[in-house]
Amino acid sequence: MDFRDVKNIEYMNQGDYACPGCGAGLSMRHALKVLGEKTIIVMPASCWSIIAGVFPTTALQVPLMHVPFATAAAVASGVKNAYKKKGQDDVNVVCWAGDGGTFDIGLQALSGAAERKEDIIYVCYDNEAYMNTGIQRSSATPPGAWTTTTPTGNPLIYEKKDMFNIVASHNPAYVATATIAYPDDFYLKFEKAKNAKGFRFIHILSACPPGWRIDSKDSVKAMRLAVESGMFVLMEKEQGKPIRITYKPERFIPVREYLLLQGRYRHLDKNTINEIQIRVNERLKDLDLS
Amino acid sequence: MVKDMVLGSEAVALGVKLARPKVISAYPITPQTHIIERLSEMVDNGELDASFIRVESELSAISAAMGASQAGVRAFTATSSHGLALMHEVLHWIVGARLPVVLVNANRAIGSPWNIWTDQTDSMSQRDLGWLQVYCETAQEALDTVLQAFYVAEKVLLPIMVMIDGFILSHTLEEVVIPTQEQADEFLPPYEPGYFLDIDNPLSFGNAAKGDVFYNLRKDIQRSMEASFGIINEAHNRFDDIFGRRYDLIDTYFIDDAEIVFVIAGALTGTVRVAVDKLRNMGVKAGLLKIRYFRPFPSDLVRSYLADKKHVVVLNRSLSFGSAGQITQEIKNALYFEEDKPSIYDYVLSLGGKEVFVEDVVKLALNVGNLETSKILWRE
Repeated sequence: MDFRDVKNIEYMNQGDYACPGCGAGLSMRHALKVLGEKTIIVMPASCWSIIAGVFPTTALQVPLMHVPFATAAAVASGVKNAYKKKGQDDVNVVCWAGDGGTFDIGLQALSGAAERKEDIIYVCYDNEAYMNTGIQRSSATPPGAWTTTTPTGNPLIYEKKDMFNIVASHNPAYVATATIAYPDDFYLKFEKAKNAKGFRFIHILSACPPGWRIDSKDSVKAMRLAVESGMFVLMEKEQGKPIRITYKPERFIPVREYLLLQGRYRHLDKNTINEIQIRVNERLKDLDLS
Repeated sequence: MVKDMVLGSEAVALGVKLARPKVISAYPITPQTHIIERLSEMVDNGELDASFIRVESELSAISAAMGASQAGVRAFTATSSHGLALMHEVLHWIVGARLPVVLVNANRAIGSPWNIWTDQTDSMSQRDLGWLQVYCETAQEALDTVLQAFYVAEKVLLPIMVMIDGFILSHTLEEVVIPTQEQADEFLPPYEPGYFLDIDNPLSFGNAAKGDVFYNLRKDIQRSMEASFGIINEAHNRFDDIFGRRYDLIDTYFIDDAEIVFVIAGALTGTVRVAVDKLRNMGVKAGLLKIRYFRPFPSDLVRSYLADKKHVVVLNRSLSFGSAGQITQEIKNALYFEEDKPSIYDYVLSLGGKEVFVEDVVKLALNVGNLETSKILWRE
């Protein structure tokens, strides 16, 4: 599938509450173009709880259910099982959760649903902190990043949780990383997820201009530099197959180019940036990418 | 219709089966576990056409039931004690979402310290949510109430919590009349939701609502609670017509000429019935008022029975620390405007399964003249 072939059909209404340059709004818009109208969205507390609109308005043209923070994967399991029993097994039931609702408070329900091989698609749009409550650290926040609860930088002893492999260890039907800065790759992965049967997980990197302290015009650029620097690797794993890297830059750029674009990293000294570069290099080596 | 000896928990499972839910999600916890074991057997051997979701926690059990209900099918879960406490956030959400989920709670104490035995702290802690609450005395009542609960919940569009006492009822064999599926189907029509997650009619559920909208949504919940009395009565009449068993919001025993009335909810009602028999044999005019529906609380009915009594001894198996037993609060509330109120005694009968014998209740009645109304009364 080529993203240029996607029909010019919108499942998001005009007018929503996303900030200018929000990666999460953009990602939803494009994800729905692939998923289509037979899609039900289950949404735990996140920025999207607001982006979706205030009663009586809504940003989505597909059925949407807001749910408490820790419950997305469990609620979606119930929705999907209900639809199966109704004889309508062709409906995509999609969790649309932030990193807090996935890496932290929703992880148990996510693991349960993945282990039970629930036939749902779980999408985590990862903006690397609790952005909706005003930029607090989550376990998806990279080491060094400023947030309001890590005012001198997220301690370097922390490592961002490896959600791809955490989910992959449940042996799901499909697991992938993606970002809308690479729309071809993004569309292809949603298409694969849509066509697979069983538990599917897509981890989306999603820029947050206010939280990352970037200009909204640099949102897509930031997501692109994350990939070009190797901070975020685009890959996938289909059940029974090895991990596949879906995009490899000709040459990785230094992480400092990605970091220094963003105000949340601007306090970092040379040594800290070097330390982050060393970790990225090690990870890329592990993935046979360097 | 057949008669059989079944456990209270099994009676619940039979009631659930007769209600034909499409999704059951559950997590084991003592003393509820028999219910879901029996239901998983029924699903596995094809007796019950439902999805059984073996979730990883009670929080996910109630969440999956909520999802199924929002998708437009009949959903059930069962839990107890700590499990019910863990569900708390989603129990609220289900009320706001107006979903007719039915939950059976096997009443059990909550730690610390660990205690698997019965009291009503777990469900009383969920008193103010907007769930209807029914307390059962017998296995027959448990089976029948589960069927009634689906009927009422789906008409009121509020969830219902049905309580059975842990062990005393869940693990006790009793003779139960098991209705036929035809009778059950006659009583309980298939669930037809008004609004649900429908791909042909895409709606958003739970979008943020500002104060004036939110306020009115909450007012609607209270109005539905008030209107539910009529629907509950309708359910009881239908049930009587089809099954020949009569239920009401409350139950009474020797109450007409009683001077001392015990008020209680749950399976210990049986013990109090025997105590009332003994007292009557001794010439003491004792009687009993059993609370079946605690939410909505049938204040008018309670008042009509208790207003002219001399002594009302409320036997609580939970209390709101720093205040009073929850049932006592309701009784006092119901009788507040009566000029010539009875003396109302706030008695903590049992917590964490502390044994209650018939003699304990008999002595209480014989000693009623020495009891104080101004403070919580405790056993020795």
